[in-house]
Amino acid sequence: MDFVRFENVSLAYQPGSPFAIEDVSLSIRENEFISLVGPSGCGKSTVMKLVTGLKPPSKGYVYVDGREVGGPQKCVGMAFQASNLLPWRTTLQNVMLPMEIVEPYRSTLRAKRAEYEEQARALLKRVGLAGFENKFPWELSGGMQQRASICRALIHKPRLLMLDEPFGALDAFTREELWCMVRDLWQEEPFTVVLVTHDLREAVFLADTVYVMSKRPGRILVKREIDLPRPRDLEVTYTEPFAAYVHELREHIGHIRES
Amino acid sequence: MLSQKTLIRLAPWLVILALGLIWEAVVVGFQVPEFLFPSLSAVWRSTLTHWDPIMMHATQTFLTTLAGFGIAVVVGLVLGAAVGSSPVIYKALYPLLVGFNSIPKVAFVPVLVVWFGIGTIPAILTAFLISFFPVVVNVATGLATLEPELEDVLRSLGASRFDILKKVGLPRAMPYFFASLKVAITLAFVGSVISETVASNLGIGYLMMAASSSMDMALVFAGLIVIGIMGVVMYELFAFAERRLTGWAHRNPNGAL
Ligand SMILES: Nc1ncnc2c1ncn2[C@@H]1O[C@H](COP(=O)(O)OP(=O)(O)O)[C@@H](O)[C@H]1O
Ligand SMILES: [Mg+2]
Repeated sequence: MDFVRFENVSLAYQPGSPFAIEDVSLSIRENEFISLVGPSGCGKSTVMKLVTGLKPPSKGYVYVDGREVGGPQKCVGMAFQASNLLPWRTTLQNVMLPMEIVEPYRSTLRAKRAEYEEQARALLKRVGLAGFENKFPWELSGGMQQRASICRALIHKPRLLMLDEPFGALDAFTREELWCMVRDLWQEEPFTVVLVTHDLREAVFLADTVYVMSKRPGRILVKREIDLPRPRDLEVTYTEPFAAYVHELREHIGHIRES
Repeated sequence: MLSQKTLIRLAPWLVILALGLIWEAVVVGFQVPEFLFPSLSAVWRSTLTHWDPIMMHATQTFLTTLAGFGIAVVVGLVLGAAVGSSPVIYKALYPLLVGFNSIPKVAFVPVLVVWFGIGTIPAILTAFLISFFPVVVNVATGLATLEPELEDVLRSLGASRFDILKKVGLPRAMPYFFASLKVAITLAFVGSVISETVASNLGIGYLMMAASSSMDMALVFAGLIVIGIMGVVMYELFAFAERRLTGWAHRNPNGAL
């Protein structure tokens, strides 16, 4: 049973304007980790907006968990390239934000605040932010802010995590650390992940399936299953099969750019 | 040697002292007649002689200004929240607000006098009219600067518009709001004093008008200085509140604002 399903989905931002994505069909299994790669402006973020119901499709159907998406999905976690942490809240308070909005946490927050805060602290600890709970975002490095942002996306235990170029602004070392962090979080308590990225190594390292999209209007050109054994260690990125996947995807992207 | 920090602390006082000395020296040196331009010492003597009436009128002006400012804050917050959170209201009201703001508020005083008679009420209303605009603009700006991605994060959690306003919009607008209070309080003094000079028999504005018609320039200058002092004190008070309550906005010059 597919958890997320796109059936011939097209979207134009304004009626009559050209499609941002065209005739996209894909299906994502529950707890599958997929990655979307493609040139800038090809509609990757647009796919995210369709999955989360922030935009209705102009044509076609989007299903999540067997039901057609009609309006913003509740209980999805999202993180972007900018951490978007609220500067007047501490790290802990930032991570607690979804608990103030999502049911059933929202209505029980008053009674169970201590318990929920304990969950938030535990999550922060898992991503290596123990001791930074009471710091403000501007007191954290870029990588730490991104860790906190991903905690905020996961604290309410969403079944679907949307990551839109979350590591794009980080240096190479920090980026690899965060790959491992996401891998561990996902491996320990699986959920469905859609990861948008420019970085093919990142896509191959993390994902079960990589989709390559064409230039605008975005279509799915290639679907590639990544059959590297899990759990994957950073070492895997230096192996022959890994390089072969990256190389193959790289060639598809190359064709897009030439066309 | 004075440290840099002490120097910065002392600088405004030194400037005031220097200006006072130059003032005194020029007036005494060139023997300017007092009915044209009184010396600082003459102003000081006049202040002491008229201490009680000055205090009485200053209190009147102060309370009038606070009343007008208070109304401006409430109206400014409500209008600003409406304009900032709804594109339709923004489009509908903005030209009107800008047009209204370009009318000199002294032009309203005769109208207010016809409606409410001379006295405190026109002064309160003038203070209100002149000072609510910056509050509206700042609150609206603060609310309207929500990043689209943050909005997506919140909406995909199922947040309502009101949730977003409460959790993000209002806290984000607070630094803008406090910045506008500093401007609004000084404008409110301008409004109430203008109205008092034209249409009142109470307040510093009236006191200065009466003094100038009897050629008592020392008292006029005493009035000017009193208004200035009240303005600075209130400005600093709000600047202090701003630093205390919205410190996060100032420690974070290039963060996600
Ligand atoms: N809110 C919007 N309104 C109009 N056009 C948009 C909007 N968001 C994106 N687009 C257009 O849709 C196309 C795909 O954008 P996007 O999904 O953001 O691409 P990507 O994330 O792959 O860089 C782009 O050409 C962009 O200009
Ligand atoms: Mg994008």
